Amino acid sequence: MAFDYEQYLRPGKLPHIWCPGCGHGIVMKGLLRAIDRCGLQKNNTAIVSGTGCASRLPGYVDFNTLHTAHGRAVAFATGIKMARPEMDVLVVGGDGDGIAIGGNHFIHACRRNIDMTYVLMNNYIYGMTGGQFSPCTPTGDRTSTTPYGNPDPIFDVAKLAIGAGATFVARTTAFHATQIDKLITAGLRHKGMAVIEVLDDCPTTFGRRNKFRSVVEMMKRLKDIAVPVQTAGQMSPEQLQGKILTGILHQEHKPEYCDQYQQVIARAQTAAKS
Amino acid sequence: MAKKVALLQGNEACAYGALYAGCSFFGGYPITPSTEVAEVMSVELPKVGGTFIQMEDEIGAMASILGAALTGAKAFTATSGPGMSLKQELIGYACIAEIPCVIVNVMRGGPSTGMPTGPSQSDVMQARWGTHGDHPAIAIAPSSCQEIFSETVRAFNLAETYRMPVQILLDEINGHMRERIELPEPGDLEVVNRQQPTVAPEDYKPYDHAQGDIPPLASFGSEYRYHVTGLNKAADGFPTSKPELVDAEERRQLRKIEANRSLIEKNEEYRLEDAEVILVAYGTISRSARSAVDHLRKDGIKAGLFRPITLWPFPEKRMTDLAEQARAIVVPEMNLGQLILEIERVTRRVCPVAGIGRVDGEPITPAQIVAKVKEIL
Repeated sequence: MAFDYEQYLRPGKLPHIWCPGCGHGIVMKGLLRAIDRCGLQKNNTAIVSGTGCASRLPGYVDFNTLHTAHGRAVAFATGIKMARPEMDVLVVGGDGDGIAIGGNHFIHACRRNIDMTYVLMNNYIYGMTGGQFSPCTPTGDRTSTTPYGNPDPIFDVAKLAIGAGATFVARTTAFHATQIDKLITAGLRHKGMAVIEVLDDCPTTFGRRNKFRSVVEMMKRLKDIAVPVQTAGQMSPEQLQGKILTGILHQEHKPEYCDQYQQVIARAQTAAKS
Repeated sequence: MAKKVALLQGNEACAYGALYAGCSFFGGYPITPSTEVAEVMSVELPKVGGTFIQMEDEIGAMASILGAALTGAKAFTATSGPGMSLKQELIGYACIAEIPCVIVNVMRGGPSTGMPTGPSQSDVMQARWGTHGDHPAIAIAPSSCQEIFSETVRAFNLAETYRMPVQILLDEINGHMRERIELPEPGDLEVVNRQQPTVAPEDYKPYDHAQGDIPPLASFGSEYRYHVTGLNKAADGFPTSKPELVDAEERRQLRKIEANRSLIEKNEEYRLEDAEVILVAYGTISRSARSAVDHLRKDGIKAGLFRPITLWPFPEKRMTDLAEQARAIVVPEMNLGQLILEIERVTRRVCPVAGIGRVDGEPITPAQIVAKVKEIL
């Protein structure tokens, strides 16, 4: 039976603001399937975002939703989770929001290993402001503020998250729709900071400046560059040139931050009694 | 029964006042000269099952308290000048999304890094206009350690009542000064808790002006689900750019203060009955001014002190009435002229208004004030 998305969508809030061909809607559907599969309760779930195209997602879905200032989503989410650890907390947003202006909050949330699930839609660009380069825009590519080609090297979001201490890091693309909900499901079930990067497309501001003739062509590229992490081991460095690894890239179990703070509470209360 | 007494620093009194008010969440970042507030909260909050978190930066600290406040917690942070500059972004968010929280700014010299261990009162205008856009503001400037305690409790009450950020302005002197204070027992001071919605969950709108200018704020994790955004929004919390809705919401947010000035404004008056010279001073410097009043009276000059405790909203009606009978107003403040601008504005200069500014990291002394008064008379 077809999945009933409407049970999770707020009545009257569609159509969304995303352009035709944008992958954010594919990610939103994957997110809702994962939430359903994990049995998250609407009242007990908070979905937090910053600012940008991807950050509009919370407005469409029927949970406790918080659309915050640019880059600040994880820090707001940390406050929610620490004040109410029993809530399920998700963060959604784009690459500029999460990795540029929100980069500091991002790495520290990873370091704390606080139990939340961050779905980062990486479309390599600031879409809402008209297509300026982000820390994820490939070197050499053209954007409205790199008219002669981008001189900046990129951040590898997954490596950044792993290096900063996130205990679940996965990656897929907007083309791999069924993998999106599988990875988000695994992230939700993981206790600790889970980062799921979804490589996405922005035909409106990225594609047209970088010689992609159509959305289909952009999607085809996402399909072509993805290499499942399980098969990458059998490939030569030459074969892996220009590819990105997909799947669960990293998972380990470390003390979770809210649990650690419960121990602080226990120690403080024991000390106060003695 | 004798009251429990303690010798507390102003910063400590502020932290204990927050705990008395029922604060259960502190998100902070270390900055001189406010750090003792965070230190006390880190000791005391876990004892009562509350949460202390030291965030990665000042903006993160502010974000964390807003997230916590949306779950129903009474949330608090402490900072000083440079940190206050960073917090302005999300103070604006708290204003438009109408999220209660309390921020103590232990003022130090500036701009920029300035003089981290020197006192200042140079964030008066920042407290009113620091974040962009039109927005309401409440800022309280207590003087003594006892008053820092009680006004911190009141700051939480105002934040919860009016659904907005409330700032407490201390300075390096009264933040670090130690005084004997009587610790109020539970029930001695009023503690206001957030109004909860009573409508059915499906009918709840977080900004429903049909509920009055201050609609109840439901908690995340309760049976009420809703959307919060930093965009201009309609009664249901969702973004709108319809001119009439944006206009109505912006005006309602300012009306929360304007319609309730008499409940929010607070000032103290000392020997003003027949005063010809009115000193207007706040926070630490009001103590010098009070002493200056006594010196001037001894010298035959009819001086009195008007001490605004809320700087924003400024107690303008009372100030205006007093100005009518005055020969001169003198405003000593540890900046180069900030609150004086508001005094000139509200009194429309019915009498001469003179300032004493000091920004060298030293307090304004009673002698300095006495000399200025004698110079202008």
